[in-house]
Amino acid sequence: MGNQSDYEKIEKTAKIRRTAGNIVLYFLLTIWALIVLFPFYWMVLTSVKSYGSYNAEHIPTFFTLSPTLQNYVDAFTTVSLGRYLANTLIFTVITTAIMLVVITLAAFAFARLDFKGKDIAFTLFLSLMMIPNELVVITNFATITNLGLRNTFTGLILPSVTSVFYIYLLRENFAQIPDELYYAAKVDGTSDLRYLRRVMIPICKPTLITIVILKVIECWNSYVWPRLITDDPDYFLVSNGIQEIRENGFGRENIPAMMAAVVVISLPLIILFLIFRKKIMAGVARGGTKG
Amino acid sequence: MIAVNNFDFEIPDGKLVGLLGPSGCGKSTTLNLICGLQKPTAGKIYFGDDDVTNLPPENRGVGLVFQNYALYPHLTVQQNIRFPLENLKGADKLSKEDMQKRVYEAAKLVQIEELMERKPSELSGGQQQRVAIARALVKMPRVLLLDEPLSNLDARLRLQTREEIRRIQKETKITTIFVTHDQDEAMSISDMIVVMKDGVVQQIGKPQEVYDNPVNLFVAKFLGTPPINVFEGSVQENMLYIGSEAVLAVKGAPDGPISVAIRPEGFILREDGPLHCSLGRLEVMGRDVSVVSSHPCCENTAFRSIINAENKVDLASETVGFALKPAKTFLFNRETGERIYFTSSESGRM
Amino acid sequence: MEKNNIKGWLYLIPAFLFLGVFMIYPLVDVFVYSFEEGYNSASQTFFGVGTYNYSYVLHDPYFLQAVKNTFILVIITVPLSTGLALLISVGLSSIKPLRELFQTIYFLPYVTNTLAVGLVFMILFKKTAYSDGLVNLLITAFGGKGVDFIGGPYWAKMFVLCFYTIWVVMPFKILILTSALASVNQVYYNAARVDGTSRFRIFRRITIPMISPMIFYLVITGFIGAFKAYSDAVALFGTDLNAAEMNTIVGYVYDMLYGDSGGYPSYASAAAIILFAIVLTITCINLLVSKKHVHY
Repeated sequence: MGNQSDYEKIEKTAKIRRTAGNIVLYFLLTIWALIVLFPFYWMVLTSVKSYGSYNAEHIPTFFTLSPTLQNYVDAFTTVSLGRYLANTLIFTVITTAIMLVVITLAAFAFARLDFKGKDIAFTLFLSLMMIPNELVVITNFATITNLGLRNTFTGLILPSVTSVFYIYLLRENFAQIPDELYYAAKVDGTSDLRYLRRVMIPICKPTLITIVILKVIECWNSYVWPRLITDDPDYFLVSNGIQEIRENGFGRENIPAMMAAVVVISLPLIILFLIFRKKIMAGVARGGTKG
Repeated sequence: MIAVNNFDFEIPDGKLVGLLGPSGCGKSTTLNLICGLQKPTAGKIYFGDDDVTNLPPENRGVGLVFQNYALYPHLTVQQNIRFPLENLKGADKLSKEDMQKRVYEAAKLVQIEELMERKPSELSGGQQQRVAIARALVKMPRVLLLDEPLSNLDARLRLQTREEIRRIQKETKITTIFVTHDQDEAMSISDMIVVMKDGVVQQIGKPQEVYDNPVNLFVAKFLGTPPINVFEGSVQENMLYIGSEAVLAVKGAPDGPISVAIRPEGFILREDGPLHCSLGRLEVMGRDVSVVSSHPCCENTAFRSIINAENKVDLASETVGFALKPAKTFLFNRETGERIYFTSSESGRM
Repeated sequence: MEKNNIKGWLYLIPAFLFLGVFMIYPLVDVFVYSFEEGYNSASQTFFGVGTYNYSYVLHDPYFLQAVKNTFILVIITVPLSTGLALLISVGLSSIKPLRELFQTIYFLPYVTNTLAVGLVFMILFKKTAYSDGLVNLLITAFGGKGVDFIGGPYWAKMFVLCFYTIWVVMPFKILILTSALASVNQVYYNAARVDGTSRFRIFRRITIPMISPMIFYLVITGFIGAFKAYSDAVALFGTDLNAAEMNTIVGYVYDMLYGDSGGYPSYASAAAIILFAIVLTITCINLLVSKKHVHY
């Protein structure tokens, strides 16, 4: 049947095209995956190469026959890596905690409460989102300096607490809770604070978790602000700490040890990511699309 | 879980066929198999003499009207209808003028010429559906498929639109299959209906035939408004008993417990029976009267019979008596639901 | 609901306090700073009010170099990263097995510290007295001539910066685009397939228009983010960006503020306001362009 063989030909070409397409696709996707993963591999690899063998390599090797953990020891002893980590941890925890309180109250006010001037205030809030951080940093620098808060945790934490974006995100989520729930609670004699605590927060837990995770990532990787206001190494966070290491410490001579420091710094967030992978990615996607 | 089981059927050329059944019966899956969006795990699909089983949907030349129309929201009505034509390549490729002409003809067929520049979001449900039909027809498909075309429309529009579908099919003479769970719809416009349940074809035939001669209890219950009335009964020595009353002679039916289904129009009002029921109420329908009664052997708490209004029913009495029309009474096996045939004193097998 | 004015504002006080001190006040303050001429931070006095700061900044060769660098960065990285992210997302959406694995891998750079990872890049690309670096190794293996991407010619440094920047911004874009693609109703693809549409045509006339709002969002935020580039450059080239000729506008602002030549908040403010103006203009242009191309 003439038609039949035509059909078979169509089927066949479609199949071949599809399989070939898939092969090429997987190949390209794998290439990008390698490009993404390679720096991490190199990071870990270099950190376990001994100092001597690394510097002896004229041509970098892709593996090492004698891995060593000496670099990690050096990283913690020769520079105060432990201190940087501790500082960053304190900074992250406190900033995130304060932020949570502040934005929960504000989001609640905008979403649930009714008060004069609410709309104007909210519009003002939204417009604040447009202000670039680079602008405000200038004055904040002066403010903190004048208050004598340089090289203190207070100085580090205070300007980093709020972000209008998170208030906006949370408010959107709060606003989705139906009014009837609030009225029912009111009729039962629940105070606003109690309603916030026992109803709204539990319901909006996913968004809150997302916000916490995003803030944690932001705090952990924070560089500009700490760099500006701390010059006392005791108060360095991991980002400006690593800069310090690079320029005045290992960077000049002990690359493997510096890589060990880099690995140590990157590890916490990576582990966090691998555990909460789905939540993090879903949260960032939601946050991005809302923006 | 088998979605469509052993569907062996030849759909006649140029006819309007209704695929009828409750949700989950596999009718949409059948449609997807025909147009190629799903592949059968076994078996073959032919268009005429051509085996299209492994052909991808792009090459099958099928027009499909989706249940929620699937009009491209960012294109105007005109662009939507033209879209399939722009895909033709090689020898079939059309010039711009030809495309315009075909688009206009399709639009005229479904009567939406004035809406060409609108976007789908600016159209009502009925209008969107007509655009969807035009888009499916513009490429002059060999087969036209419609997935629940009327279910998203309001009641009044439904009547109008099903006539439209009938008209369009008659004009274009394209083999058309549509899927629905509404037996009213299917019966009123189809040349043939295919009743499905749980992936298995129950019965195929002309609507009236399937109505008059259901092959099992499911088909009997599925077709007909008001629905058929089902009773528990038994057969003894060629006589049908409902409760303790002998109501009909059923020669050829085996002895034993049985399900009896009687069409609403199968009751004859007769004071002396043989079937006596408790009278509930009367519903006036104008030309007919619906007598709502109850009987302990009835499957439902109440059943409906439709009587010509010229008969008078004594409302004061608590009971009402009926005789049964053999042509409207069907016997079914109690466990399997299979039809049990009998002959009545009137000619022919029942 | 009864208006509860006091309570409402009460709940807002913490937020307003923080935002007021650290956002609103600075905004005004910076603006004022930029117009105060001859500001001396030691004595906190200034001469007069005028546009001297702006003129200084606009004539400063370091600033102009920074502007040039930033613009090149923006023009190269935004289209490339968005386009590449789009291709990767489409690729990911059309495969089932291993998709989650790829998505997880691709997202990794987002949770890492750009400064830390930047150091790794630096090592890979740098040519030292001892060794050519891994990248150069590969180049010579393919028959090319190795070059110091960190300390060498301008185009090489720009290349690394762009490459690293793209590497860093891809995760977010891929994530947004994959979820945008997932949100397109499958039924449109089915309809197009039944209509006989080729895969490429489906992509061009259905997929892209339907995710155009998201693509557009990424373009806008991409531009804004690229103009603010700073930490990526520091990660690669160190804190003294001027020496490496790799300063960015933001880097210039911070230099003016704090660096060795710092203590000039007025110049910093002027530069920051110029940056803000540039970003605003580009965003407006983008918005105008979107009216035509984006379908909602």
